[in-house]
Amino acid sequence: MLVSLYRYNPEADNAPYMQDVEVEIPEGKDLMVLDVLNLVKEKDPSMSYRRSCREGVCGSDGMNMNGKNGLACITPVSDVVKNNKLVLRPLPGLPVIRDLVVDMGLFYKQYEKVMPYLVNDKPAPAIERLQSPEEREKLDGLYECILCACCSTACPSFWWNPDKFIGPSGLLQAYRFLADSRDTAQAERLENLDDPFSVFRCRGIMNCVSVCPKGLNPTKAIGHIRNLLLQRAT
Amino acid sequence: MGMNSVTNIGRNGIQDWIIQRATAYILALYTLFLLGFFVTTDVDYQAWSALFGQGWFKIFSLLALLSIAGHAWVGLWTVSTDYIKPAMPRFLLQAACVLVMFVYVVWGIQILWGL
Ligand code: SF4
Ligand code: SF4
Ligand code: FES
Repeated sequence: MLVSLYRYNPEADNAPYMQDVEVEIPEGKDLMVLDVLNLVKEKDPSMSYRRSCREGVCGSDGMNMNGKNGLACITPVSDVVKNNKLVLRPLPGLPVIRDLVVDMGLFYKQYEKVMPYLVNDKPAPAIERLQSPEEREKLDGLYECILCACCSTACPSFWWNPDKFIGPSGLLQAYRFLADSRDTAQAERLENLDDPFSVFRCRGIMNCVSVCPKGLNPTKAIGHIRNLLLQRAT
Repeated sequence: MGMNSVTNIGRNGIQDWIIQRATAYILALYTLFLLGFFVTTDVDYQAWSALFGQGWFKIFSLLALLSIAGHAWVGLWTVSTDYIKPAMPRFLLQAACVLVMFVYVVWGIQILWGL
């Protein structure tokens, strides 16, 4: 199989380029894209990419495979390969550090802005802050995010304003805490989101939903945030 | 947090959003009404000028004109902040858009009330 790889080493290369490598796929096996990358790296140890858990939990190997963002470790080659060719590029829209490794700084900065932690100024109870099963259920589909950045780097609004638009991943987390019955900072959280960029640059394109490897729906969470802002404003 | 919106019509994101939706509904209503008028009436000069002779229709038309201006203002402000990063050209474009909208509204009032 032909694998076309985005290569860039800022210390040696003037500009990024695509490198074609022929990789032998063992007969009758459907490898994951990450396995293919590992085979490439056996031949060429200079090939750089991030990975850790190799089972879709850590979120470190988000990349662009034949045009679609996803986690290399849980994406079967057969799902993305076209005409026996696999094209691997870094996540779009973020600065490339080397090969498939991108600088996630802007992504994390947006995450930080939404205060991704529980705020509760009431004295802590002796054991724990209780939630009813219904209250807990509201967090389903929100807490599972692994911050892989596949969604935000597939979002055109994030490409244009990565410094001002929170992006689907950060907004999903914003709603995760807005929806938490134990959190007491809802007013402050909404206040921080009520400018023309943080939330409202979402144009409902839904690229985020189509790429999320965990099957989450940031667009829906963004809709909920907009409704909360609407309630607050009227 | 975020960019100041002194050149925008709404004071914050939700105001922009509401203006954008509300004006869209008004424009849709106006369009539907005109379509209905064209379909049900044999439009000639008399019918057309009778329609514009009525006070309520002048007000409806002015409302539609203001809606176009508001809708375009929010929309163009958004597009300009998406694509034009240097502040000076962006401000000039925004100012030009606002000026054009202002002229259209005043001119529209003149036409509607035959001033
Ligand atoms: S729905 Fe919103 S957040 Fe998701 S990709 Fe589209 S613009 Fe981005
Ligand atoms: S919402 Fe999905 S795609 Fe986005 S960062 Fe979380 S897990 Fe990744
Ligand atoms: S290596 Fe951890 S998610 Fe792919």
